[in-house]
Amino acid sequence: MPLVEVAHLTKHFTRGRGLVRKGAIVKAVDDVSFAIEEGETFGLVGESGSGKTTTGRCMLRLVEPTAGVVRFRGEDVLAFPPPRMRRARRDMQMVFQDPYSSLNPRMRARQIVEEPLVIHRLGAKGERRARVVDLFRLVGLDPAHLERYPREFSGGQRQRIALARALALNPSFVVLDEPVSALDVSVQAQVINLLMDLQQQLKLTYLFIAHDLRLVEHICSRVAVMYLGKIVEMGSTAALFRAPQHPYTKALLSAIPIPDPDARRQ
Amino acid sequence: MQPLLTVEHLTTVFDTPLGPVAAVDDVSFEVRAGETLGLVGESGSGKSVTALSIIRLVQPPGRIAGGRIVFKGRDLLALDEHDLQAVRGADIALIFQEPMTALNPVFTIGDQIAETLRVHGRATGRAAKAQSIELLRAVQIPNPESRIADYPHQLSGGMRQRVLIAMALACRPALVIADEPTTALDVTIQAQVLDLLREMKAAFNLSLLLITHDLGVIAETADRVAVMYAGRIVETGPVRTIFRQPQHPYTRGLLASIPGGTPGQRLRAIEGTVPLLGALPPGCAFNPRCPDRFEPCTSAPPPDYAVGPEQTAKCYLHDRRTA
Repeated sequence: MPLVEVAHLTKHFTRGRGLVRKGAIVKAVDDVSFAIEEGETFGLVGESGSGKTTTGRCMLRLVEPTAGVVRFRGEDVLAFPPPRMRRARRDMQMVFQDPYSSLNPRMRARQIVEEPLVIHRLGAKGERRARVVDLFRLVGLDPAHLERYPREFSGGQRQRIALARALALNPSFVVLDEPVSALDVSVQAQVINLLMDLQQQLKLTYLFIAHDLRLVEHICSRVAVMYLGKIVEMGSTAALFRAPQHPYTKALLSAIPIPDPDARRQ
Repeated sequence: MQPLLTVEHLTTVFDTPLGPVAAVDDVSFEVRAGETLGLVGESGSGKSVTALSIIRLVQPPGRIAGGRIVFKGRDLLALDEHDLQAVRGADIALIFQEPMTALNPVFTIGDQIAETLRVHGRATGRAAKAQSIELLRAVQIPNPESRIADYPHQLSGGMRQRVLIAMALACRPALVIADEPTTALDVTIQAQVLDLLREMKAAFNLSLLLITHDLGVIAETADRVAVMYAGRIVETGPVRTIFRQPQHPYTRGLLASIPGGTPGQRLRAIEGTVPLLGALPPGCAFNPRCPDRFEPCTSAPPPDYAVGPEQTAKCYLHDRRTA
């Protein structure tokens, strides 16, 4: 049984609706289906507006899908009543793209990482403190910096804080929404290595949402390509990169600038 | 051959409560006629401040503290504001990263291109309109006759970037400085815009200073490369040499950290983080992150060493006396 399964997921937004005008329907996610096996990294790629982020958010019910099914360990997540959903959230977490805006600037790093434990009423104060220190070490941060504010950390360190917060509740599934695209090249590699280490260590399952195909090729076992709300191609990363079938996938792959002056795109 | 643009010992500082901080520190390079020089670096490396310094658009608390910027034989730092105005936007044009903020939302794109032509005394009225249409056609915007009446928000990101390129080309500049021109764009649109830049460079006989953090873009577009780190150019060379035989540990680290190789393998990351400009380590600014660090690295910033044909690197590994 796959860990997470999405079937016919659909999310429509209405735009331009006024008092009288009915407005147009935007099919941000349009009948999307895929399954993620335990322990794998599943890549969701596409350009801006393709619906990849909305798909990830629908899976965690950060936005409510219009239609479709999301199953987590075989259970229908969309049918969960609020208390059950809250419990389910411990197991499914998200890391956002921009660590400059996703962390509350008024909170200290310790508070940011501890907050999920407080919200879910896990552990006494002392236990929580100890857990935060462990999490800090886990993501490669120095516990001496626990009392600092987000602005005192670099972009890469901030993303480590976001990751520590996401891991605080011991999730098995993490949605990584463009987790390194706001970071410098030399720091990207560090965070990618950390993500791969944590996956091994904690047996995590990732949904990796990205537009950087080189990264996806590197860390995902399987990948789905989204275009205008639909999945146009899906398969093992190796096969899809070697022999893309859909014209859009071909266009996407041929558009990647190759970091080799002798292999210039024609 | 005489270079089109020569930057010599450029230093641009920002005045902070703790004293001046050099965002650009003794930077020298040249852009030759007809070439594309790629200026590559991470955020905070000083590449954008270098671009702004060339056309003297650095805003306080930033200021140019020293150096010479010689364009077509004239030192731009010695020009008065009036003479500079004639160069800026006309002889040297700038393309910014974010096409939405670089365009004025309340004027049509036709107005904005025509304004460039008018300000520099190239054309007014109907002639300006006709030229604007031709420019939009040159950057391959469909139906330019009706598109000139569009406002920026009616265009996609890629189309807006084409408009900015059209504006940059309006006065037939000799040099175009493009600061991360494709960073905000999707990869398929990026490919189109890079193709367009290449075509325009040939059609308009331009030299291009291309600023980017993306080594893929550099490999595709640049003839020569200058690598910046913490306000200094640490390595320069022809694009092939930089990618095949990088001589500075930072350049090597950057190239090694690009995903590739065996999927699932750990990437070869550069340890640590980019230092803050106000708190640079003594000696070579890269030394705390450098795998090849040895004694001289912490003593004084290394000078340029000639490490190959047309290739220099600021690294003591190449000093015959110390290495």
